[in-house]
Amino acid sequence: MLAQLDQIEQKALDELQAAADEEALQQWKVTHLGRSSPLMRAFDGLGGLPKEERPQIGRRANEVKRRLEEALEERSGALRQAAVLRSLSAERLDVTLPGRPVARGRLHPTTLTMRQITAVFAEMGFQVYRSREVELDVYNFQLLNFPPHHPAREMQDSFYIDTGSERGDNPVLMRTHTSPGQVRSMRFIASLYPGDPPPVRLVLPGMSFRYEQVTSRSEMQFNQIEGIAVGRHITMGDLKGTLSDFARRFFGQNVRSRFRASHFPFTEPSAEMDIECFVCGGAGCPVCKRTGWLEILGCGMVHPTVLANGGYDPEVYTGFAFGLGPERIAMLRHRIDDIRNFYANDLRFLEQF
Amino acid sequence: MKVPISWLKDFVEIELPVDELAHRLTMAGLEVDEIRFVGLPLPGSGGDGKPGQPVTKISGIEWDPEKIVTAAVLEVKPHPNADRLVLCELDDGAQTHIVLTGAPNLYPYKGLGKLEKPLKVAYAREGARIYDGHQPGQALTTLKRAKIRGVESYSMICSEKELGISESHEGVIILDDEAPVGVALVDYMGDAVLDISLTPNLARDANILGVAREVAAITGKPLRHPDYDFRAEGAALDDMVSIVIEEPELNPRFAVGLIREIEISASPYWVQRRLHLAGMRPINNIVDATNYVMLEIGQPLHAFDYDLLVKRAGGKAPTIITRRARQGEELTTLDGVKRRLDDFTVLVCDTLGPVAMAGVMGGLETEVTENTRSVLLEGASWNFINTRRTVNAQKLPSEAAYRFSRGVHPAMATRGVGRGLEMMRRWSGGVVYRGLVDNYPLPPVDSVVEIGPPEVRRWLGIDLSAVEIAEILERLEFKTVVQGERVLAATPDHRLDIGTGVIGVADLMEEIARIYGYERIPETRMADELPHQLGNPEFEREERVRDLLVNLGLQEVVTYRMTSPERESRLLPDPSQAETDAYVRIANPIANDRNVLRRSLLSSLLEVVERNARLGERLALFEIGPVFHALPGSDLPEEEARLALALCGRRQPPAWQASEAAAMDFYDLKGILEGLFSALGIEGVRFEPPGAAEGVSSSSFHPGKCARLRLGERELGWMGELHPLVRAHYELPDAPLLAADLSLAALLECIPAHIQVEPLAAYPPVLEDLALVLDEAIPAERVEQVIRAAGGRMLKGLRLFDVYRGGQTGEGKKSLAYSLTYQSSEKTLTDEEVLKIRQRIIRELEKELGAKLRA
Repeated sequence: MLAQLDQIEQKALDELQAAADEEALQQWKVTHLGRSSPLMRAFDGLGGLPKEERPQIGRRANEVKRRLEEALEERSGALRQAAVLRSLSAERLDVTLPGRPVARGRLHPTTLTMRQITAVFAEMGFQVYRSREVELDVYNFQLLNFPPHHPAREMQDSFYIDTGSERGDNPVLMRTHTSPGQVRSMRFIASLYPGDPPPVRLVLPGMSFRYEQVTSRSEMQFNQIEGIAVGRHITMGDLKGTLSDFARRFFGQNVRSRFRASHFPFTEPSAEMDIECFVCGGAGCPVCKRTGWLEILGCGMVHPTVLANGGYDPEVYTGFAFGLGPERIAMLRHRIDDIRNFYANDLRFLEQF
Repeated sequence: MKVPISWLKDFVEIELPVDELAHRLTMAGLEVDEIRFVGLPLPGSGGDGKPGQPVTKISGIEWDPEKIVTAAVLEVKPHPNADRLVLCELDDGAQTHIVLTGAPNLYPYKGLGKLEKPLKVAYAREGARIYDGHQPGQALTTLKRAKIRGVESYSMICSEKELGISESHEGVIILDDEAPVGVALVDYMGDAVLDISLTPNLARDANILGVAREVAAITGKPLRHPDYDFRAEGAALDDMVSIVIEEPELNPRFAVGLIREIEISASPYWVQRRLHLAGMRPINNIVDATNYVMLEIGQPLHAFDYDLLVKRAGGKAPTIITRRARQGEELTTLDGVKRRLDDFTVLVCDTLGPVAMAGVMGGLETEVTENTRSVLLEGASWNFINTRRTVNAQKLPSEAAYRFSRGVHPAMATRGVGRGLEMMRRWSGGVVYRGLVDNYPLPPVDSVVEIGPPEVRRWLGIDLSAVEIAEILERLEFKTVVQGERVLAATPDHRLDIGTGVIGVADLMEEIARIYGYERIPETRMADELPHQLGNPEFEREERVRDLLVNLGLQEVVTYRMTSPERESRLLPDPSQAETDAYVRIANPIANDRNVLRRSLLSSLLEVVERNARLGERLALFEIGPVFHALPGSDLPEEEARLALALCGRRQPPAWQASEAAAMDFYDLKGILEGLFSALGIEGVRFEPPGAAEGVSSSSFHPGKCARLRLGERELGWMGELHPLVRAHYELPDAPLLAADLSLAALLECIPAHIQVEPLAAYPPVLEDLALVLDEAIPAERVEQVIRAAGGRMLKGLRLFDVYRGGQTGEGKKSLAYSLTYQSSEKTLTDEEVLKIRQRIIRELEKELGAKLRA
């Protein structure tokens, strides 16, 4: 009897190896574990065995059953796995086909650049202050130490507003820079604490306007970001440190900057800040006009007249101010060779950002 | 301002290489835009310790010392085969050559035999690199041996153009008689010209001496002043002319000198060369002397023909009067233009009338001509504002006006006249009268500023002693007195830009920083207290709106603020109905179609759609920016922040797989706006069909496909499909154009400070659908209101999922299908409870709207 069971087991296991799909497995199961399978019949025959043989044969029969069931499970798993593996090779995608496009929105490149700039200054405590685009000559020029007929006005040709009346030395105009915000913001902040004006640390982003023919290098409308810091202990060293920190944050930690003497009526001393050309590394190239340096911003110590006009006693307070052009910086960074791209709003340009 | 190095060296010793000098000047605020080499070796291989490090734009030519030399023409002979060529016998110091040339200025010497006085010339030997005189611009060429009309030629007598001195190629250079022979030309007159762009505050440096002073201060070398004395061998000037100044404010000083028996001729060659290099054209020895002195020390001079003045005075000594121009007065200036004068223009007159526009241009009648024998030389100072206004009004920029309109110190007037007379005497052989007539009614007060180490510490963040401060200022010719820790600095009498008090301190601070060196000031971080952190909530909210619209798939654009009423009138079905009065107008528009400030942001945006119509199959754009409204009674217009959106074209971008190709419609735009409001936490915005209160802003839209947006009583703006008649004014893609024109300010005010979060439900919801049939005219909003009112607080969700017309719904009817969610926050709802609510909803719908359940 035991030999018979061995035989049953061996035969079933042999046939299981030949079963190659789910159907064959079912067939095998019926044949070897089904009601009328030799194994089941062996169980059925247990009752007819002599009493002393019964436990041994019964144990063995159960063992065979368990082994056959395990073998079936194992074989079945192996077959399923093989089937999955077979199907994988059939389910191959062309992964080089393009993805399903998503309608993506974008910010205008000047918005992007302005955000990047104001973000760096925000971390240094400079907050955003905005002021109007149509201004009085007094705010745009006179309070900034450009008296009427000052030669420096020639560098800032203005669009004037037709007010229908003769306004003498205080015409209405499109602001030529965001600097009128210097006096407006200082007056605002000083007004919060009359008699004891608190320190000022602001950036003033916004659109500015110059009466200039639109060419690849000049626009009649462009953004500016002005910055101003006023307090009791602010020095030109702080100006250099703050702006060099900005340059390293914005253009790269290894970027060198330099300050050249220059002139703006509303700052004194005044400076132009250059950074080492990031295109050629300072060796000289067409982008930096072969000088190795890129002019990035104008800056200086706030002129005593401007401090006084803003409500800050120049005998007590000092400050620095700076102004930079987001379009110019975007042009340098992205090698945009025509400033007109910004306000032409051609999607072929805008969609590159 | 063009500064030849050779001229600079008259006043200061220069040891630095030219490019290093340019770098130092640039750092000190005199920006060198370009160095043009005219003979001196070009930098490049280094030698200045910074090999290859560029400084500025470099151009020009270097003269090979072996191949380009001075020489003497001994005889000028005719060419055997050509009338327009001559053969020069030339000594180059080593040997004699026969040199072929066509220079017209050698023709007069042709056939004179051996010249008594050989002509000194610039001679280029075979192989020399020079500019091609016959090519336009500056094209380098190498001299090669050739046969011209049967005569062998291998070298050349050079013109200014060939050597890069000027554009002149009319004749060859004839050097001054003193020139040596056989010397490298670069050693005799090699040069380099710094082209400096001067900021307006550097008026004092608009001359060679001024730049030399800066060089001296930067490099620590002494400044050598020019000699302002002149040799006077004539009679005393006193009775020859008198001067009347009517308004000293306009003319603080007027000085004249007189020279007679002059002979008008060309200036010495070295003078002509310097003028050319400095960018001026040589005219004759008298005019050149005035220009030379102006370029050299910054004092413009004017030369009158004295005999003509005497004639105008009826044979008597002329009286010069300076005054304002009178109403309607005219003057013909020496450019031959008759000019009508303004009352701010200052004139130099005699008893007959104007003879010059002060500081700008002389009159034609009394100008120096070839026949002039006596010159009255004027050196004056003029009010810079009046000069500036005259230059602008007459559109007459000149070198003199450039300087006067930035301010020339009156102390320079007599210096200029003195030096001018001496130059004229040397170059024209005249006799100078003794003394000057000098009327100086209004000398300026040269400010004295007190300064010390604390101020330098406070402004610049560096520590300098009083002595160091004084030493720096002395280098710029301030007269200083050090008293303990204080410095008293007196402004030198060549500059007008130093103020008094704290402004004077700032002015000196700039000078100290420049000469000390900006690069030596340490970089520090602000030690000042941090300011109040006020933030800018309005700006932050605006930026959030930008971000959300980008997230919703829209492209931001930024357009011009300036437009024209015609451009904006396209937004109306009938453009002739446009109101044009309300615009803020530009007084000096740059173009006819940019003559006002925009009143509509949507108009700008549609222009962008139009521009990109052919590019994109799907356009989704927005802009945030101001529009401008003239405010009656106010100097300044209102600047209203607005938000405009425009959609046009496919719902989804095209792809190789199936994508939603249908064109976007009203509900796409509405969905975007609802998405925006929801993200901002704004609830309850109503989209109202246009009613009786139709405003101008709505007439751009299709009346049946637009909505007015309101939140409570607050108007947010309009949205919808563009009116077909408006559409026709634009070249748009062939798809509906959806647009919104909203008040950004109103929108930002609606944003709640915080979003309130509802607790997550603990009990299960009951979901069911409700399909209704009702009259077409009933708006969906109304149906929703009724359902919500009847559903009460157990109705947690309501969503329309189908709109159906036709079939069994019947004519004039539509079917709306809603998915409803019932839920309690306190318990699990029973079927009975849900049924009661449902029946209430159905009852109310029937009662209020006559709606039936769909079978």
